[in-house]
Amino acid sequence: MIRENLIRELREVVGDRYVLVEKEDVIVYEQDGSILQVMPEIVVLPGDVEQVSAVIKAAKRANVPIVPRGSGTGLAGGAVPAEGGVVLSLARLNRILKFDLQNRIAIVEPGVINIDITKAVAKDGLFYAPDPSSQAACSIGGNVANNSGGPHTLAYGVTTNHVLGAEVVLDDGQVVWLGGEVPDTPGYDLCGVFVGSEGTMGIVTKALVRLMRTRESVRTLLAIFDQTDRATETVVDITAAGIIPAALEMMDQLTIEAVERGAPCGYPRDAAAVLLVEIEGVREHTERAMALVQSICNRNGAREVRLAKDEADRQLLWKGRKGAFGALGLLAPNYYVQDGVVPRGRLPEIMGRIAEIAHRYNLLIANVFHAGDGNLHPNILFDIRKPGELDRVIEAGSEILKACVEMGGSITGEHGIGLEKKDSIGLLFNNEDLDAMKRVRRAFDPDSRFNPAKLFPTPATCGEVRRQPAKIPAGLWI
Amino acid sequence: MLEELKQPSSIGSESHRGAVLDIPELYQCVHCGLCLNQCPTYRVLHIESESPRGRIHLVRAAAEGRIEPNERFGDHLYLCLMCRACESACPSGVKYGRIAEAAREILGPPGSPLARAVAKFAFTQLLPSPQMLRTVARLLRFYQKSGVQRVVHRLLPARLQEMEAMLPPIPDHFFKPSSDLLPAIGERRAQVAMLSGCVMSLLFADINEATVRVLRLNGCDVLIPKAQGCCGALNIHNGETRMAKVMARRNIDAFLDTDVDAIIVNAAGCGAAMKEYGHLLRDDPAYAEKAERFGRLVKDASEFLAGLGLIGPLSRVEMTVTYQDPCHLAHGQKVRAQPRALLAAIPGLRVVEMDGSDRCCGSAGIYNLTQPEMSQELLKEKMISIAATSTEAVVAPNPGCMLQLRYGAKRYGPPVQVFHLMDLLERAYGAAQDSSLR
Repeated sequence: MIRENLIRELREVVGDRYVLVEKEDVIVYEQDGSILQVMPEIVVLPGDVEQVSAVIKAAKRANVPIVPRGSGTGLAGGAVPAEGGVVLSLARLNRILKFDLQNRIAIVEPGVINIDITKAVAKDGLFYAPDPSSQAACSIGGNVANNSGGPHTLAYGVTTNHVLGAEVVLDDGQVVWLGGEVPDTPGYDLCGVFVGSEGTMGIVTKALVRLMRTRESVRTLLAIFDQTDRATETVVDITAAGIIPAALEMMDQLTIEAVERGAPCGYPRDAAAVLLVEIEGVREHTERAMALVQSICNRNGAREVRLAKDEADRQLLWKGRKGAFGALGLLAPNYYVQDGVVPRGRLPEIMGRIAEIAHRYNLLIANVFHAGDGNLHPNILFDIRKPGELDRVIEAGSEILKACVEMGGSITGEHGIGLEKKDSIGLLFNNEDLDAMKRVRRAFDPDSRFNPAKLFPTPATCGEVRRQPAKIPAGLWI
Repeated sequence: MLEELKQPSSIGSESHRGAVLDIPELYQCVHCGLCLNQCPTYRVLHIESESPRGRIHLVRAAAEGRIEPNERFGDHLYLCLMCRACESACPSGVKYGRIAEAAREILGPPGSPLARAVAKFAFTQLLPSPQMLRTVARLLRFYQKSGVQRVVHRLLPARLQEMEAMLPPIPDHFFKPSSDLLPAIGERRAQVAMLSGCVMSLLFADINEATVRVLRLNGCDVLIPKAQGCCGALNIHNGETRMAKVMARRNIDAFLDTDVDAIIVNAAGCGAAMKEYGHLLRDDPAYAEKAERFGRLVKDASEFLAGLGLIGPLSRVEMTVTYQDPCHLAHGQKVRAQPRALLAAIPGLRVVEMDGSDRCCGSAGIYNLTQPEMSQELLKEKMISIAATSTEAVVAPNPGCMLQLRYGAKRYGPPVQVFHLMDLLERAYGAAQDSSLR
């Protein structure tokens, strides 16, 4: 009865077309970019902030959960309606509302696709810096919720460094602004609290984002190593020398093999590892910094250092890196990607541990990752059709995460906790820590209505979580 | 040929559904969402079930028996244009087209019972028969020229009036080559066979003639086998695969023994379907291997000519044009650079790229008839992109796109001309010849 009333109310707010209740309509919202599935009861797609507010009020009256969803590209099950209820899709709020080129800011709605901001301002020599590998598909709302990063995070920071303010709808339907155009608003940084809250505090309906000036010069090199340790030591030395590359990426032998099989771009197949280093800035700086990087590579015994001569050369060096995840499919039908982080100085050590874990579980692990900020992406290769193999894969994966935490790192660098890793958050925080966080959350969302059963460990969820059978688990994103 | 169709059909049964939906492609999708923003229908509606990822999810759910392939399921599958832009965007190489074709095989043709009956007649009786097609085209021509059309048009209900307005004028002559072997002009460089095509030979005889002429001027013997017929693409895209297989086998028989270097197609939709005969006939032991071999020989006219390299003097064509990538050329056959290279080779011709040139114009086979609302929405968007280029003409080497864009130019503007690539190439060659004659 309550449900019927709620559906009627929602239809009055957004129109019949944008309230989905039939199984053939809602089943496609049971999953995001992860492998977890729970079917929502209702999916609603409001078209403006007033409608969002009215939907939230109606859900509160009916006492049902609200699960926000952008493009559904998240890898941790953040948009999966773990306890059923209403999935609130923000895909229709997709307008870029304002550019202020003098102050280098833009106001965008949450459904705007990340890359579309850069596309819109590129002609003015500007760009939006956070660049998750899913940037052609992921939405700004999802980026704000997950505090997303990308290959260029090393130089430019993550989403929270680029969101100055946000319009949000709170649990009673109230629409408020947090932060603002002035970089340092007095009082608590509530916008900062909201960014990365994984949809557990309210719904972002506008984001005020910074735009960056396109750099004058970009230099890129590929350094080839015969020993993995020497490559990871080079990463440590580059940052220790005070150089901040725009990107500093590493690929191991197995990844090189996959890339060269799939879309050859001249990486030597017998190398143990390659580093891709990119420096951006004014010309004088990039030339000097690149010379320094070259000498550090040589000092660490790099077999060869290739400096891109022109843009075509640079694209070729990146081609392998960008195609790496797709190419892994050539080595095994399935892979499971982890997202652990270690302090840079521990990179040589964690790579050793990952190799040891792979050996012990008799699994192949391909590493392709953001070495510059210690954000690992070990891809455990397997074949889901082999009985018992997935269990070993998941066990090996959780051992890697434990090792990361032991070394002073974290269980996720950019993919978020969501539903997938909520039971692992205890590796990082004790109960007092978690209680403190929950109190912050309840200040915004007293009924825990927004995205329940996420982030924090729960004994069991009401809805039945289904792991999608026979498919590649999580993750294409790097 | 029709004998095969008289055998009892198992379509609709549980076992048939299981067999048809048992496709490995279904399990290659990693649900990443990179296709969403490239899908024309998702871009308009922003609803997951109108996206490639959503549709794959639906088909997988049906394959697993979690949902029924009912009418609502069919609505989602048939709102898809089959443009395959998602295949270009997919990092895992999922062949979405195969998934959607399999799902439509379960569903059968779209629309009301009457529309389905009409479609079934067209797919199984009309398209397979060049003679019958020609007769229908003649009747339509009479209808248009005699003045009956003007009378009837006013009597039709609004919906039919709109459909009727889309009917292109039937030209005075159909494609009828003087011989089935038209020899190379000048030194012989290759021997090719050409598909006449059902729509192409009736509505675009001049383009077929232009294609033949350009091929001959480039040193090709052009063979036009008499026994060929419609390629079956429309059948395949609309859930009618039984007759499609019959038509595919007929074309394989007609072309494969000709011992040519390539089978030239100047309609993108036909080319894509013919390159994929191997998949269509994969379970046919007598034809599976032949179909693969046939598929490897099929080349779009632009693909073949760019590979061969144009020869002979090309004269100036003073014109500014924009290029519309036909979906089944860019996404279906991955042919993007070759037509552009040929355009660049024409002196005097300036090409201005439009925004989203590889986004569907809404024509999509019979989609403009089955889904008029979405089709017109996409056409309007396309005409805006064309207008932004301030060009005088659009080049779109595919009959469906040409008809749709001509309709768009008339109804929404800008009043651009619409050309096939072969039109312009012939013009460049023709003018060159004329001046050499003077």
